[in-house]
Amino acid sequence: MVETVLFWVLAVLSIATALAVITNRNPMYSVLLLVVNFFCIGGLYLTLNAEFIAVIQIIVYAGAIMVLFLFVVMLLNLGSEKSLEPAFDAKKGLAFLLGLAFLAEMLVAMKDFSAIGSAKETFEYGKVEKIGLQLMTQYVYPFEMISVILLVALIGALMIAKKYN
Amino acid sequence: MLVQEYLYGYLAISIALFVIGMIGVLTRKNAIIVFMCVELMLNAVNLFLVTFSRYYNDPAGSMFVFFVMCVAAAEAVVGLAIIIALFRNKQDIDINNFNLFKW
Repeated sequence: MVETVLFWVLAVLSIATALAVITNRNPMYSVLLLVVNFFCIGGLYLTLNAEFIAVIQIIVYAGAIMVLFLFVVMLLNLGSEKSLEPAFDAKKGLAFLLGLAFLAEMLVAMKDFSAIGSAKETFEYGKVEKIGLQLMTQYVYPFEMISVILLVALIGALMIAKKYN
Repeated sequence: MLVQEYLYGYLAISIALFVIGMIGVLTRKNAIIVFMCVELMLNAVNLFLVTFSRYYNDPAGSMFVFFVMCVAAAEAVVGLAIIIALFRNKQDIDINNFNLFKW
């Protein structure tokens, strides 16, 4: 019962904040609304028993990445976007058409999909212990590759954002 | 058991978030907002993966989401560095002003 209420609240909140992100004119509000949206998605992961992914979502996305976005928005000190004011033009119409086409495509794909089997009642699914064990055994090679990717991204970002005289 | 009853609900949320992000990418002109919409689409796909991973009780899906998040962190760092470099060159991040490669 609590879970059902939580699911509906998070569902409505995540869609509403996502819509607000793309309609807001001020980039600062967009960033803050996206943080709320990422918290909602973290909550949805919790309702799916994926505790580890939920924690990573909050720490990495809502914490680290969005703070980075916030810093960049503050650093560039941009005003509100004026080009949003003409409410409708051909390009935007095309964008909505493409969005609707994708939505229709997904609905057609879902129509033929029937979920085989059923979810088992389990409290083991998202346990940190289980995921950590898998990370260090079966997925140890990609896990080590991730550290190389993060190092490359760090050096690359430094080189790109550096001031050249 | 929530995922059993609401499987289509979770899938609908993630499809809706993906479409919203896609429309945002196509309509907005501020490069930071476009980039944020890309993050939104990534999150929608992650939710899709976790839903099916939970439904079939197979942790491979959530491992995949973990790696997607790590790559997304790296991608965000590089993307924001590019935006800062663009701003330094033109004092503006309106993506319509960056058409050097367009002919």
